[in-house]
Amino acid sequence: MHVFADQANLDAYLSSFLWILKLTGASAFLALVLGVLLAAFRVSPVPVLRGVGATWVSLFRNTPLTLIVFFCYFGLFSTLGLSLADDLDLNNYWLGVVGLSVYTAAFVCEAVRSGINTVPAGQAEAARAIGLTFFQTLRIVVLPQAGRAVVAPLGSVLIALCKNATIVGTIGLMESSNVMKDLINSNGDAVIPIFLVFAGTFAAFLIPTGYLFGWLANRLAVKR
Amino acid sequence: MRIKRVAAVAMAAALTLGMAACGGDGDGESGSSAKGLVGKAQSQKKLVIGVKADQPGLGLQTGSQYEGFDIEVAKIIAKGLGVDAGNIEWKTTVSNNREPFIQQGTVDLVIATYTINDERKQKVNFAGPYFIAGQDLLVKADSPLTGPEALDGKTVCSVTGSTPAKRIQTDHPKAKLQQFDSYSKCLPLLENGKVDAVTTDDIILAGYAAQDQYAGKFKVVGKPFSSEPYGIGLKKDDKAGCEKVNEILKAAAGDGTYKAAWDSTLGKSGKAAPELDTTKLTNCGS
Repeated sequence: MHVFADQANLDAYLSSFLWILKLTGASAFLALVLGVLLAAFRVSPVPVLRGVGATWVSLFRNTPLTLIVFFCYFGLFSTLGLSLADDLDLNNYWLGVVGLSVYTAAFVCEAVRSGINTVPAGQAEAARAIGLTFFQTLRIVVLPQAGRAVVAPLGSVLIALCKNATIVGTIGLMESSNVMKDLINSNGDAVIPIFLVFAGTFAAFLIPTGYLFGWLANRLAVKR
Repeated sequence: MRIKRVAAVAMAAALTLGMAACGGDGDGESGSSAKGLVGKAQSQKKLVIGVKADQPGLGLQTGSQYEGFDIEVAKIIAKGLGVDAGNIEWKTTVSNNREPFIQQGTVDLVIATYTINDERKQKVNFAGPYFIAGQDLLVKADSPLTGPEALDGKTVCSVTGSTPAKRIQTDHPKAKLQQFDSYSKCLPLLENGKVDAVTTDDIILAGYAAQDQYAGKFKVVGKPFSSEPYGIGLKKDDKAGCEKVNEILKAAAGDGTYKAAWDSTLGKSGKAAPELDTTKLTNCGS
């Protein structure tokens, strides 16, 4: 453990996981908003919106995340000149958030859509019968029930997102995988301890998250 | 029944071990008749040489072909050892696996922009240096950037965790550092003006600048701020092999083959062949 006794290494380790948390937090929020919107598109009566939703999902769900993040950096930033922050690290961070969000939104969309399918058709029919519009039906009747059914799958998406956040390291953000590589390069005698600390940190975050979502899913489930 | 099965497995294991032991003995004997680099070259007329595959001008792989200055130097060494260029087996190495490749005998020699330093000398033996590189900056052809002291507030691109990147962080903390896993990713950014400079050894930068798609767009600043002697790595205990390689380098400096190797590769960028200073050659760990 002599590696982490060094203050500089310890700081690098802590800041790397802070980046992971920030990436996960911002991307989870954006992906949830975007994903629910896309799910609404996919079940909407407007063919164009259904097409947009379906295209988004098949495009981003089937593209490797590394490519999406690269495109955000080399396409949006380098070639098209879209700069999201003046600070170099912050700019890389936000470009990473964009990539992670559009990718994860595809998975959120499919999870939410499967939840919508668990709501009996009679509910939507009844809502329409009392004169609610499509979006009112969705907002007041269908989504609250669908959301409760997909707590557990959304938990899995969140856990995957947290691990996927390490991909942003490929565009230069010093997050956990980059810092781990760096520490291993300069401490060749402690490869396994370093690896275990980084893997263990992820496990320490994510195993409780999994249990939390399992518990929530039980509590919130619509009893039918 | 179960006992029989266990016994059979134990027998098989014992047999395998026994055979492995025999194999080990055999290797030992053939090894003693052809010892080290010189012995292997003489008896087998073949060499495995580790080179870089992604550095234009130095070691670049296109298809199954390798070309560059390192490759030409490797051919000179092989010829001096009595091995035809056609009998060299090229093996791609990256910065992190050069020591393990030598230690495990995966390669006989490493000629791959391999800086001689004390830490590496603990693990491998170095012949050479055959070239002295230095960290420098690659900038746009019309850039006003004059050297590392002008980097404050500027963005520099380099490889994550590499020695050049670390030097920028410690010596020029006010420079902003964009890091990737390879230098080739830095070049489009430099072209688009998203970074102000790319930094690593001058010879590597010259190779990138000389690539066809970037011809005339970039220039190397030409003020090296470190010294990186490139050596030829071989097994730690192979002193005879190391001395032989140094002899070959000395001869190549005298008869013009070294200059020819430069002219046919990096010399194309217009840079004159450097002098191979034979007084600086390593003492091979003695």
